[in-house]
Amino acid sequence: MQRFASRHPIWTLVIAIVVAALLWLVFAPWPDGLEDAIGRKRIFLNAVFGGITLGALYFLVAAGFTLIFGLMRNVNLAHGSLYLLGGYVGFEISDSTGSWLLAFPVVFVLVAALGLLMQNQVFRRMEGEDLRQTLVTIGISVVLADLMLWIWGGQSYTILSPEWLSGPTTLPVISSIKSDGEIVYLRYPAVRIAILVAAIVMGVAMWLVLNRTRLGMLIRAGVDDREMLAASGVRIQYVFLAVFGFGAGLAGMGGIVGGTFQSLSPGEDTRFLLASLVVVIVGGMGSIPGAAIGALVIGLSEQLGLVYAPTYSVVFTFLIMALVLAFRPQGLLGDRR
Amino acid sequence: MKKYFLGAVAAAALFAPQAMAQDTIKLGILVALEGAFAAGGADGVRNVELAISQAGGMAGGKKIEFVVAPSDTTPDTAVRQARKLIEQDGVDIIIGPLSGSEGIALRDYAKTIPEKTVINGVSGALETTWVDPAPNFFRFNPDGAQWGYGLGSYVVNEKGWKRVATVAADYSFGYTNFLGFAVDFCKAGGDIVERFWVPLGSSDFGGVIAALPDDVDAIYLGVGGTDAINFLNQYEQAGTETNLIGGTIMADQTVLTSKGRAKDALIGTPTSGWLAEDNDSPEWTSYVKAYQDAFPESERFPSPSLFGVGYYIATTAAIAALNEIGGDLSGGQAKLHAALSSLEHKTPLGVISLNENRQATGTIMINEVVEDGQGGLRNALVGKAEGVTQTLGMSAEDFRAMGLPSRDTPDCAALRG
Repeated sequence: MQRFASRHPIWTLVIAIVVAALLWLVFAPWPDGLEDAIGRKRIFLNAVFGGITLGALYFLVAAGFTLIFGLMRNVNLAHGSLYLLGGYVGFEISDSTGSWLLAFPVVFVLVAALGLLMQNQVFRRMEGEDLRQTLVTIGISVVLADLMLWIWGGQSYTILSPEWLSGPTTLPVISSIKSDGEIVYLRYPAVRIAILVAAIVMGVAMWLVLNRTRLGMLIRAGVDDREMLAASGVRIQYVFLAVFGFGAGLAGMGGIVGGTFQSLSPGEDTRFLLASLVVVIVGGMGSIPGAAIGALVIGLSEQLGLVYAPTYSVVFTFLIMALVLAFRPQGLLGDRR
Repeated sequence: MKKYFLGAVAAAALFAPQAMAQDTIKLGILVALEGAFAAGGADGVRNVELAISQAGGMAGGKKIEFVVAPSDTTPDTAVRQARKLIEQDGVDIIIGPLSGSEGIALRDYAKTIPEKTVINGVSGALETTWVDPAPNFFRFNPDGAQWGYGLGSYVVNEKGWKRVATVAADYSFGYTNFLGFAVDFCKAGGDIVERFWVPLGSSDFGGVIAALPDDVDAIYLGVGGTDAINFLNQYEQAGTETNLIGGTIMADQTVLTSKGRAKDALIGTPTSGWLAEDNDSPEWTSYVKAYQDAFPESERFPSPSLFGVGYYIATTAAIAALNEIGGDLSGGQAKLHAALSSLEHKTPLGVISLNENRQATGTIMINEVVEDGQGGLRNALVGKAEGVTQTLGMSAEDFRAMGLPSRDTPDCAALRG
């Protein structure tokens, strides 16, 4: 952080100003002139919060994707299928047991097991052959998509959020001040706040594991130099298995989250695969903080775009990706190799 | 010599499909099987199978074959698939497409294949048969604007909802279906306070839901498929409670049969469209029974969807016209074109005839979503608008003067007059 600040004083200033402006926009009551210019504060706040929660979902899905890529150089194009499968299984579990929370550990274990199976039975057999692995993942995603269509059919599924998370909650953020001086606080769907908190907890936990534990040390060493790590006596296959299983399980849990505040249907798998790819390209391949920043940027651009420039909102995501590729091809937080 | 030989081979290759087509008639089914309308598209294919099997697999004394070409609701894919049907599969008649922008693209493509026939599946863009129509493009379903007609005066007169905000999909069908609602609604004295247009395939509507004004009687929703389910899910989670008015694809079977509670926000929502599930005319009930008997319950909707009915009527129209001309497709299918233009087509939804633009005139049903008593939802018929024409009861000049459907057309204040 300090090193970045001393090396890029101008960029640090720009980032600080943008962050300060955002904080002011979120917390301060807006003057009338601003409301006339870009509409009511409630709309802006909802778009920002919507963007952040959408980013949280993208982060859950893309984090596993980027870890797997960083460690194994394996672009797992079946990642979206794991997302959708997790969502469908989560629907079945929460529908039959009535417990939304129970679905998370069960789905994590089931989808992680599938991930372990894929790594151990398929990708291990073609280690180091990036192109072949990528093609095989496409094949697996097609097969999984058809199997899911067979089992769950073409209709849409939404997962019911639990009673204590349904409906809106009031946030301590001022939405507007009425003419009689009464302060109106922002009301926002409770389930989205829960998802946001969960994603932040997951992100921090992953960062801690990566930076403070022995396993994290192995993973980081593997990302930097796989051969050297294997040569120094580490059973690298176990590290691969752990990472693949964890990444797959995370995508599965992302499916439950997506099924709760969006919906599940055939085609969502490729949509989320594409979103993960964009997030990872923007954030930097193999970097967890990069995935977090990429997910936030993409989520915010989608939501702010939808509200303020609906015609062009579809373009923004790809415009950002193109800009990143043009000026910083390794991604915002990626390493140049 | 070699040149002549090559020429002969090329000619033989060119004429091969036609030679085969003499004892069979090949239909190309262009249908969206990916994207927001995938479930509806699959129902379209089921209904084509039903129509062909009801005809005993024969039309005009010839055997019917069909090829399914999947599209993804984008016009470029639709044209690519249509071209594949004509050039590679050698089909005689294309039935399709499903969505609005695809329809416009197919109208233009149809002009390049004047010796073939395109019968619209269920796409509803007004422009397809209104602006520079293709002579070999026939549409037996009312267009999107017609589907929306009748709902506006119903909500003003019966419900007393006069101020609405609208959220609709930002593409041609969204504009067109909204136009039909708005023309009628504004003429009946309603006012549209604010219009939101959302891209097709949006999955997160949180920002739009927050931007909806509070001081309106109802919100008109012109989205469909998974977009509609996502919207309703997020609408309930945001705790918003205003009356809803649905566009034609808002309360279709694809939405009503979705799993989860999101669709419950729709209870009490009036919609308009071409169908009424509890329509008690004998043609409709016998068609629904045939549909239910033809497919196991797990592989179909409880009753045919709008998309399914569209493809059914298009296919039966093709078969009826082929029977009339004895399957004679010679002379660039001229006889088939004439027979389709003058066909008094008896359908499960009554007799449908085409106007000079080869566009259907039909009856529009007003439905309301109610609980069916078994934990599901269904549409209950509450009203009808008979004989809705392509120009929505206006003269062609007035209709043309209003402008083509777009984000800002129609101008509500001007219509209220």
